[in-house]
Amino acid sequence: MTPSFGRRQNARSRRSLLAGLGVTAAGLSVFGLEGCAPKGRIGRNGEEAKLNLYNWDTYTGKTTLADFKSATGVEVKMSLFANNDELFAKLKAGNPGFDVIVPSNDFVTRFRIADLLEPLDLAKIPNYANILPSFRNPPFDPGRRWSMPYTWLALGIGYRKSKVDGVPDSWKWVMDSDRYSGRIGVFSEADDVVQLGAKYLGHSINKIPLPVIEQVAQMYIRQKRHIKVFHQDDGQDLLLAGDIDMVMEYNGDIAQVMAEDPDLDFVIPREGSKLNSDCLCIPKGAPRPDNAHQFINFVLGAKNGAEIFETIKYPSPNGAANALMSDAYRKNTVIFPPDDVMARCEYGDFEGLDRSHLYDETVTRILAA
Amino acid sequence: MDEVWTRAKGVFAALAGPPVVWLVVFFLIPLGVIWGYSFGQNDSLTHIAVNGTFSNYAHAIKPLYVGIILKSLWFAGLTTALCLVIGFPVAIAITFAPPKAKAWLLLLIMLPFWTNLLIRTYALMAILREEGFINQGLGWIWAGASAAGGLVDRPLGAFHPLALLHNNFAVVFGLVYVQLPFMVLPLYAALDRLDRSLLEASLDLGASQFATFRRVVVPLAIPGIVSGVLVTLIPSIGAYLTPDLLGGSSSMMIANVIERQFKTANDWPFGAALSFLLMYMTFLAIAVQAIVQRGRRGRAA
Repeated sequence: MTPSFGRRQNARSRRSLLAGLGVTAAGLSVFGLEGCAPKGRIGRNGEEAKLNLYNWDTYTGKTTLADFKSATGVEVKMSLFANNDELFAKLKAGNPGFDVIVPSNDFVTRFRIADLLEPLDLAKIPNYANILPSFRNPPFDPGRRWSMPYTWLALGIGYRKSKVDGVPDSWKWVMDSDRYSGRIGVFSEADDVVQLGAKYLGHSINKIPLPVIEQVAQMYIRQKRHIKVFHQDDGQDLLLAGDIDMVMEYNGDIAQVMAEDPDLDFVIPREGSKLNSDCLCIPKGAPRPDNAHQFINFVLGAKNGAEIFETIKYPSPNGAANALMSDAYRKNTVIFPPDDVMARCEYGDFEGLDRSHLYDETVTRILAA
Repeated sequence: MDEVWTRAKGVFAALAGPPVVWLVVFFLIPLGVIWGYSFGQNDSLTHIAVNGTFSNYAHAIKPLYVGIILKSLWFAGLTTALCLVIGFPVAIAITFAPPKAKAWLLLLIMLPFWTNLLIRTYALMAILREEGFINQGLGWIWAGASAAGGLVDRPLGAFHPLALLHNNFAVVFGLVYVQLPFMVLPLYAALDRLDRSLLEASLDLGASQFATFRRVVVPLAIPGIVSGVLVTLIPSIGAYLTPDLLGGSSSMMIANVIERQFKTANDWPFGAALSFLLMYMTFLAIAVQAIVQRGRRGRAA
């Protein structure tokens, strides 16, 4: 076992830091292209046969964009962002020319509040029928007027089987126990830390009462000497490298490293957890809204969806695509946790900037204690 | 000298113009915008109202944040001290090396700059981590010693890897590694100008090697030491990548807090206030240094 840079060259992580910092620069390149570019070929719908997609890294299939071009004649130019904050920052001063963006659920709410989204025309997205019923009325967008589900993720505990007794199916082992002292990794993302702490203490992750937040802070401050690292969403790498044996992470990220190391596994604790969903949206001022609808409809197609998920290995909300997938994907309980587990999970709502600041200060207090 | 440039005003303007424009447009104006934000408030998700409030600064001097700033100063101070202790002998060695070797040694000092800081930090992680190169090497030595001990019937226990990564040691180690060239180069510049005959005189007049170093070399190297300390200390206080990647659960520095204000917490006014608090402190330090320097020169005159 030699740790090296080449170790993860096949792994895909839309949130990995190295990739993230690299694509920040790539994301900049779309700026300013819109104004001076001469008008290109006009497609059948009267729009220029072009589409600017702003997406996470490694978040499309190998041939998705080429397939879309041969199906519609529309050329997709994809730029990449590393996190939702970057996406939001780029669009909040005005849309620099993107037609389709892929924010996470709580940021769909933020974009809505800031009035930065175009409503979707469901008549132009017949493949909406492929979406599983459980994803049609999420609390952040009932009836899917503004966003189409692209992937979803659940937070849980990734762990090394040979170093952990049984299945660590409680947040207790991460947040409230010295059993695995010095072998634990926790997210440094403020919302996740506070919300999952509240979940462990038996509360919803939304509208957490102030005394509970204080209780959560005290719990982490007590636990801190047993926590090895507050990681930047690279928990799967730390787990794979053997730096820690137990880590708070997304199921998709752990599923990727499990393919490299069979000694790793993932569980959603019995107290329940937090769900995320990345969604396709059309930002206000999109230059080619009809192409955007065509593209969204295209990736929600059964065959096209299957091609994407075969590559990116994230959980898919697309029932018709899932039916085409291999058993190794469909029956993977890490990618698709059982229903009774899912029933205890919830989406985190965006509850206003004051809440964000409160959670951030809570985590600052924990880290500084 | 004055005359020369007043006579060639046009040339001077042509040469100075582009850098000045660059400085104003890409440095002073953005800095001014952030400075303005530090007196503002979020009035919606997308808009900051600059209304002259001091609430961000009031928030920034709460004990929580002052504590983190002090901790950052402690990390940066320790880093600077270590860099000085390690860098001084290195600078002396380069100064007294033969001219041919000198160029190569200087190149070696500058070589790390050719690789991106992020890559170098990841490389450090690969070296320091529990299954990293250091622990692997120690593990082999341990296994060898254990086997040898086994022959004389005294085997050692199992090897426990050292915790070198994800703690405060790793942060200071990483900072020293990154900042050392910034300390060595100004020290070398100062020492290289040093008049060798002064050292010979000191030794001839009966001073020991150590006394010569303490009473001749160090005082003459003071300008180099001061600039080395400044260019090491200031970036260390604002370090953010190193504590982020190498640090453990108690290694947060002030730049990590500032980063979160501009990203996840989305509180630019507060982040701006924290940044400027640091900047005011830096200005103060430089001003104090300038005053001390002037006092010294005044006394010398």
